Amino acid sequence: MSDATANGPVLAADGTPLKKSLQRSLRHKKFRALMLIAPLLAFVLVTFVAPIGAMLLRSVENQIVPDTLPRTVVALADWDATSGELPDEAAFAALAADLAEAFDNKTHVKLAIRLNYESPGMTSLFKKTGKAAARRFDPDQPYRQQFIDLRPEWGEVEIWQLLKTYSSRYTNGYFVNAIDMQKTPDGLVMKPDGQRVYMASMLRTLGLTLVITLLCLTIGYPIAFLLANLPMSKANLLMILVLLPFWTSLLVRTSAWKVLLQQQGVVNDVLVWLGVLADDSRLELINNQTGTIITMTHILLPFMILPLYSVMKGIPPYYVRAAKSLGATNWTAFWRVYFPQSIPGIGAGAILVFILSVGYYITPELVGGRSGKFISNWIADFVLKSPNWGLAAALGAILLALVMVLYVLYDKIVGIDNVKLG
Amino acid sequence: MALDSSQQAFVAFDRVQKSYDGEILVVKDLNLQIAKGEFVTMLGPSGSGKTTCLMMLAGFETATHGDILLDGKPINNIPPHKRGIGMVFQNYALFPHMTVGENLSFPLEVRNIGKSEREKMVMDALDMVQMGEFAGRRPAQLSGGQQQRIALARALVFRPELVLMDEPLGALDKQLREHMQFEIKHLHEKLGVTVVYVTHDQSEALTMSDRVAVFDDGRIQQLAPPDDLYERPENAFVAQFIGENNTLNATVTAINGDTVDVDIDGGMKGTALKVNCDGVGSRTTLSLRPERVRLDHSGVNRTEGKVLELIYLGDHIRCRMAVSGHDDFIVKVPNAGGDHKHLVVGETTQISWEAVDCRALDA
Ligand SMILES: Nc1ncnc2c1ncn2[C@@H]1O[C@H](COP(=O)(O)OP(=O)(O)O)[C@@H](O)[C@H]1O
Ligand SMILES: [Mg+2]
Repeated sequence: MSDATANGPVLAADGTPLKKSLQRSLRHKKFRALMLIAPLLAFVLVTFVAPIGAMLLRSVENQIVPDTLPRTVVALADWDATSGELPDEAAFAALAADLAEAFDNKTHVKLAIRLNYESPGMTSLFKKTGKAAARRFDPDQPYRQQFIDLRPEWGEVEIWQLLKTYSSRYTNGYFVNAIDMQKTPDGLVMKPDGQRVYMASMLRTLGLTLVITLLCLTIGYPIAFLLANLPMSKANLLMILVLLPFWTSLLVRTSAWKVLLQQQGVVNDVLVWLGVLADDSRLELINNQTGTIITMTHILLPFMILPLYSVMKGIPPYYVRAAKSLGATNWTAFWRVYFPQSIPGIGAGAILVFILSVGYYITPELVGGRSGKFISNWIADFVLKSPNWGLAAALGAILLALVMVLYVLYDKIVGIDNVKLG
Repeated sequence: MALDSSQQAFVAFDRVQKSYDGEILVVKDLNLQIAKGEFVTMLGPSGSGKTTCLMMLAGFETATHGDILLDGKPINNIPPHKRGIGMVFQNYALFPHMTVGENLSFPLEVRNIGKSEREKMVMDALDMVQMGEFAGRRPAQLSGGQQQRIALARALVFRPELVLMDEPLGALDKQLREHMQFEIKHLHEKLGVTVVYVTHDQSEALTMSDRVAVFDDGRIQQLAPPDDLYERPENAFVAQFIGENNTLNATVTAINGDTVDVDIDGGMKGTALKVNCDGVGSRTTLSLRPERVRLDHSGVNRTEGKVLELIYLGDHIRCRMAVSGHDDFIVKVPNAGGDHKHLVVGETTQISWEAVDCRALDA
């Protein structure tokens, strides 16, 4: 019956070794499985991996300088940026030739914008010089003098240092900028005090997000508990109230908070009417951090309640009964028996609210004023208002990395298996 | 161990009623006295209100009417955690996030018992159920039978005087269940603790209890020691519910002291023990245990039965007959001496029974 000979390989019915034939059949199976998920895989690649990859790439990409100024990049290669001296005539000549060509191809504007990210004033300098290089520069005269005559900035070492610093195809310049530092020939240094905005904003985002998450937990936990423990009819009503915000547009809800919280708004009016506040000391509840916290807590609350509810619903009532029959007071039974079993829900809700909140954009934009601004508002500004996609990408990448680090930390401390979303 | 006055009752239900919705009484007029150290089982079909009674005793449900007394004191207004009653739940309710040791330690911690004494009590309780090595395990790492023992140990570790068990063996397989029945019984004897036990399994109730309260329809139908329940059922429900039983519908024709003469539906006349039937002319249900029927005419009630079915069961043969128009009349014939050899499906045979074995109950 057995196909195994004393010491030879086991053979399948058709005489091929069994291992081989097993592998062949498995390969076939794997291939079929791969084909089945192929559309999904393609979809994920196109809609998720590709855009994020492209964004991450943008945060380090710097093709424009070497592409527009190829000769200058070569000429500056040997120049010692720390020497304190201007580069030699050859470099000026190369720049003149590059700029003349760029002007004809109309690429000098893009270059000007790119370099303006690093140092203000570059736009006009490069536009003007580009035009001059193409129209007026005399090839028989020394270029250096012509440059300096045109714009005295060209006699300053810093501009040349900048060009050299950004002459490679990839740069960490956007990231350096995003962490409030700048590149100098002497290495990285912090930006002057007044210009350090991104890290402060990042920290504020994290801080506010933490506050919002904790508030959601504090408010959401009792609501979820009621939902899970009330009789069916009352629980359903409460559930509708919890879900109601989902059926209203985000903008409507945010605007409603504006109406409620502004200085002449409902909340202040009521407090004044009750005599809690004097009419001339109305609270500033909107267009600042308070506004962001209140509104975001309200908007994200369901994301805390729902996972909590689903976990609590799964805790059978007999555990608390058992605890009480063993002599525990209501509080002890809750704290030592019920609460520990609800932790997976807390984990899920907290992580959900935190991740949603840390990247939130529209609500802080509308009610956050200056002090309630999130990092995503900066990102949006750099995408929409004053385009600097490289910096936007770098900030986004830092945010992404930060969330992932927190996620890993969370996994280490709480354990991701302890999270239950449904 | 039965009681005659409520004076000495350790647990007493006094005219207790319970309704969940204000429309239906789930428990109707419950009166029950349990002595200290007694093992009383509430036995009844599903939905008969057993769990409700237990929950009222434990304090998780309030009685709609009537008093529940523990050691002579009404406990209606005492919260569950102050009643000091141990409880074993059907699904064990072991706290999943605590180890076995922590589970057992819990009732001692909430009673502020010192650490060293606590540890000793926990180990004693674990040893008592032969689970000493499992203190460090989580409940999920134990088998059903082991969890059951832990639940038992946890209900006993703080030395309550009263322990309630709600179908504690319901989730175990038959063999383990029978084994655990004896263990619980022995623990009860050893510790002298009062046990109120709930089950729907009559053999479990008969095996373990000092007294059994048969529940049906929110009432105790009969409260008696196991042998009484089987041999002297007081109404048709108990006769039918406990053990196997032949039911014959009949009408009373005469009353002669302890016995009654009856006309059994289908034409047969007979004599039965007067237990729970009304006067002449009233309807009655006769209850007759299958093993009390003889295959000859030596008893006072004599008739013929037509054999419909024979089932061989090793130690005895189950024979289904048509007797006086009743098609489901069962006779158990011991598999000894070849008594059954003459039984052939389709043939008729002589049968008889004594009047004392045939009880005339409510219709
Ligand atoms: N919490 C409750 N709310 C409403 N009705 C209940 C509740 N618990 C039990 N009942 C009803 O009470 C009756 C008795 O239930 P129960 O005491 O659990 O019976 P048993 O334990 O004997 O099976 C059943 O009809 C059941 O539907
Ligand atoms: Mg029950």
